[in-house]
Amino acid sequence: MEHTEAVIRFENVFKRYPSGREALRDVSLNVESGEFVFLTGRSGAGKSTILKLIALLERPTRGKVFVLGEGLAQIRSRQVPAYRQRLGVVFQDHQLLMDRPVYDNVALPLIVTGARFRDIDKRVRAALDQVGLLDKERALPLELSIGEQQRVGIARAVIAKPSVLIADEPTGNLDHALARDVMRLFKRFQEVGVSVVIATHDMALVQEFGQREIHIDDGQVIG
Amino acid sequence: MSSPLSYLSRHSQAFFGALGRVLRRPLGSVLAIGVIGIALALPTGLWVLVKNAQSLAGKVADTVNLEIYLKTDVPLARARELADSLKARSDGGRVELISAEQALEEFRRSSNFAAALETLEGNPLPHVIVFSPVLEQAEPAALQALRTEIEAWPETETAQLDLEWATRLKALLELLRSALWALGGLFALGVIAIIGNTVRLEIAARRAEIEVTKLVGGSNAFIRRPFLYTGALYGFFGGLFAVVFLLGLGEVLGSPLQALERAYGTRFALLGLSATDLGGLLGGGALLGLLGAWLGAARHLARIEPRR
Repeated sequence: MEHTEAVIRFENVFKRYPSGREALRDVSLNVESGEFVFLTGRSGAGKSTILKLIALLERPTRGKVFVLGEGLAQIRSRQVPAYRQRLGVVFQDHQLLMDRPVYDNVALPLIVTGARFRDIDKRVRAALDQVGLLDKERALPLELSIGEQQRVGIARAVIAKPSVLIADEPTGNLDHALARDVMRLFKRFQEVGVSVVIATHDMALVQEFGQREIHIDDGQVIG
Repeated sequence: MSSPLSYLSRHSQAFFGALGRVLRRPLGSVLAIGVIGIALALPTGLWVLVKNAQSLAGKVADTVNLEIYLKTDVPLARARELADSLKARSDGGRVELISAEQALEEFRRSSNFAAALETLEGNPLPHVIVFSPVLEQAEPAALQALRTEIEAWPETETAQLDLEWATRLKALLELLRSALWALGGLFALGVIAIIGNTVRLEIAARRAEIEVTKLVGGSNAFIRRPFLYTGALYGFFGGLFAVVFLLGLGEVLGSPLQALERAYGTRFALLGLSATDLGGLLGGGALLGLLGAWLGAARHLARIEPRR
């Protein structure tokens, strides 16, 4: 533990939502640099809450969260955008802009940083190439299959070259073959040094890929 | 990341994005722009009207008469002397003596009191000297001084300067002008409110996009920028609408104005809007739009947070 650097660390984290629901109860966990980790558990167990805390979509009620060496409690709301620019986030419902072509969707994380158009262009193509959608850059998301839409979401998540990639049920809507393709894609990012955390309840897939698993049940880490 | 070039590219991107959205919804945009334009044109139009009325009033007020009513026992010869002495210092102004007889005759002709006048024994009317100064030299203060001086003459019963109505008219127009400033301020607030609300509706319509942008690290400033441009564009186009409207109004008012000129026997050019005024209308419109968009966007945008 001492010689590796934790990219994500939770220390005795509690999260209670305004509705009173206790989503996390005393969660402590580590994700090391360059690791590929599955976050497993039934839906409602607290997997999504953990990812939301990492992306600063929520703040913990108690306890500490560290990401990329920073205590998230110290990040003020004005600094949240700059923090999020350092993360790659993929969602089950992909959160694409349906009225914009694939190209614009993928470019968005770079556009918000004010990158130059020439750089944006180069990197959008590279990201689309990595997810195998180079020929679809002018298409609207609705013209794509669900698997392709999810890959657009992944291209968007990796375009800014984040060192941490988190994904919430990225294969939830996909059949097994497509889900395996998407997982392989994530694995490839891990192979080039990106730390990957994937929340999923697809145990068959978890077993197939054989990576470390953090199992959550009823807001607590079980093994 | 914040090189001048990227700053420029971010702003041009936000500007053209906003322009594109305004142009892509022509009907909604035209309606909003029309309302803004009318709100800008109304106070500006009234301001032009008052400005013209003031210049007109200035000219009319200069046709001023100082009427000197002499005591009834002053003989006509003395009245003539007085009129001549006044003429000598009148600087080209017109001095007219209306004798008591002339006055009675005129009164008889122009009123229904002919029968009543018959019953009078003598002529109750005095001789009157009317002094009309040259327009350009009609200084109200100097005329007042002259009136006071003439009133002190032993022959003078009373001297009347019919300056009051002109003074009142001028005061009234001054009041109207002040009221217009208040009205203009009110309309400016209206424009701000309209644009603020338009921008707020647009933000609501693009909520999903804003959420996704925040999710990938778009700052509030980045998200706000296109909305600020949208507001400024609405204001600018509203100003343009007002300019076109007012120029059109100037054309329409051209011929009745000429008739008015003929009636007064003077020439007064329509004091239209100068290029500076028109520029101010466009720039002011854009500025109000920016302000409205800022007020509409600032709090609203901060409240939109990604739900995931």
